[in-house]
Amino acid sequence: MTAAAATSSELLSVVAARELAARRTVFAGIGLPTLAASLAHLTVAPELEIVYESGVCGAHPSHLPETIADAVLITGAEAVLPMPTLFGSVLQGGHIDVGFLGAAQIDKWGNLNSSVIGDWHHPKARLPGSGGANEVMANAREVFVVMRRHDPRSFTERLDFCTSPGPDRALADGIRPLGAGVTRVITELGILAREGVGEELRLAAVHPGVSADDVRAATGWELKTADDLTVVEPPTEAELALLREDVDPERVYLR
Amino acid sequence: MSAVDKTMTMREAIAAHVHDGDTVSLEGFTHLIPTAAGHEIIRQGRRDLTVIRMTADIVVDQMLAAGCVSKLVSSFVGNSSAGSLGELRRRVESARPAPLEFEEYSHYGMICRYIAGAQRLPFYPLRSYGGSDLPEVNSSLRKVTSPYPGPDGGTEQIYVVPPVNPDVTIVHAQRADRSGNTQIWGLTGVQAEAVYAARKAVVVVEEVVDGEVVRSDPNRTVVPAHAVNAVVECPRGAHPSFAQGYYDRDNAFYRSWSAISKDKERLTAWLAEWVHGTRDHAEYVAKLGEEFWDGLVVGEAMSLPVNYGRRL
Repeated sequence: MTAAAATSSELLSVVAARELAARRTVFAGIGLPTLAASLAHLTVAPELEIVYESGVCGAHPSHLPETIADAVLITGAEAVLPMPTLFGSVLQGGHIDVGFLGAAQIDKWGNLNSSVIGDWHHPKARLPGSGGANEVMANAREVFVVMRRHDPRSFTERLDFCTSPGPDRALADGIRPLGAGVTRVITELGILAREGVGEELRLAAVHPGVSADDVRAATGWELKTADDLTVVEPPTEAELALLREDVDPERVYLR
Repeated sequence: MSAVDKTMTMREAIAAHVHDGDTVSLEGFTHLIPTAAGHEIIRQGRRDLTVIRMTADIVVDQMLAAGCVSKLVSSFVGNSSAGSLGELRRRVESARPAPLEFEEYSHYGMICRYIAGAQRLPFYPLRSYGGSDLPEVNSSLRKVTSPYPGPDGGTEQIYVVPPVNPDVTIVHAQRADRSGNTQIWGLTGVQAEAVYAARKAVVVVEEVVDGEVVRSDPNRTVVPAHAVNAVVECPRGAHPSFAQGYYDRDNAFYRSWSAISKDKERLTAWLAEWVHGTRDHAEYVAKLGEEFWDGLVVGEAMSLPVNYGRRL
């Protein structure tokens, strides 16, 4: 199988994995973030420890977990913490380098909506809500967002509701945030990036065959482009082989 | 010293400790979800409950559909990563068949409410919510000025949450002795805080064991007997969630719930067959059949014993 045949899940996982280079601790949910973190562990970030929202640290799963609380994460793990310790001391205590989040909507400052589409009191669609996302945003040093869909409804000028605010909104509310908020957004079209407070997300890289205009057209705000816009190097055969044969051989998430 | 025997049937425990209009906390984060207790609340036709649960998932959707719940306090209203809760969405999006009062938090906000409740504090501070729209729709999320100087010597503002003190908290666990010393391993979640926050607590367990078993490993006791009012032995009572070392999660049922709950008639038929149509959880377990349970069997992975030592 050639590198060109990478699926969208594989592409997003590989790109997210590369961004984890040199990071130590990652707070990851199940799905693409697990794949990305597992691949990073085998490649660019051998020291990486994945911390799960359920309280598991240093998991050694026998099978790829289907949920953040899968029994296979617990058996053989290095530690299983109660939730007050996990959220209070680990996350709020500043021990997480990168948190992975998803969302229904994101704006140019990296604020996220995972609560409702429409008005909160009479929503068109009720979504799951924060879970731990508000805490991850407030306390992780930086946040990576993986969004499969890149369209103007998801990448919006104005969120229907802000569930998990970035540091700019927190500061405006008089709260000093611990981290930089969203620093990377990885989508099917490319990578958006910002460094921290006061900065908008800019287009940093596009996938081969995608133009900056394509990404601007798919983004609901006036997307600025980085001066050094690059083209994402496609997944290598080595990365794909690791992903397919070692990380997710049963194809739980790779579709 | 003879300990008080608090064991009773699920029917007795729900009849004694859950009343119409009560505030009921059901905890268990993906692991050890007290589903059988939720089903018995449905069978007994409780009404007008306020349900407190961090991850409002299938059992909450079922209680909503059965008409037991008028208010929900939660930080995640979804069917894990497997899809939607049909009844919850109908109630929230179109008030069908009745509106649902919903108080929305984040996970740590809920955890801090339990901590404040357990410790009888007036509030608990956390570094969440700054700049969020959540305080606009939930007036319980309030900002205060710290009485102490911040890291830069200036004033520091911080959000706080109020305590929660449920009338009753119900948790599921692997084992307890007859007086309620409750042992959990694997994910222990927020169960201890949820129990201590409540006025009364019901512990549902896979098995009731001798006090000697508990006392051979006291560090594994997450909830001591003094915090427990009722002990219910109910094997496989956490299905479709799992009990570490006892049975695995029924992922297929989680995946099927979106379709079941999306169609109100199908959901009503499901409740009629599996909850109203079974006298108790033992009948529900038997109805699923041995072949089904064989699919959730887990192998052995024993911990090594530790030496607590004894004075010579």
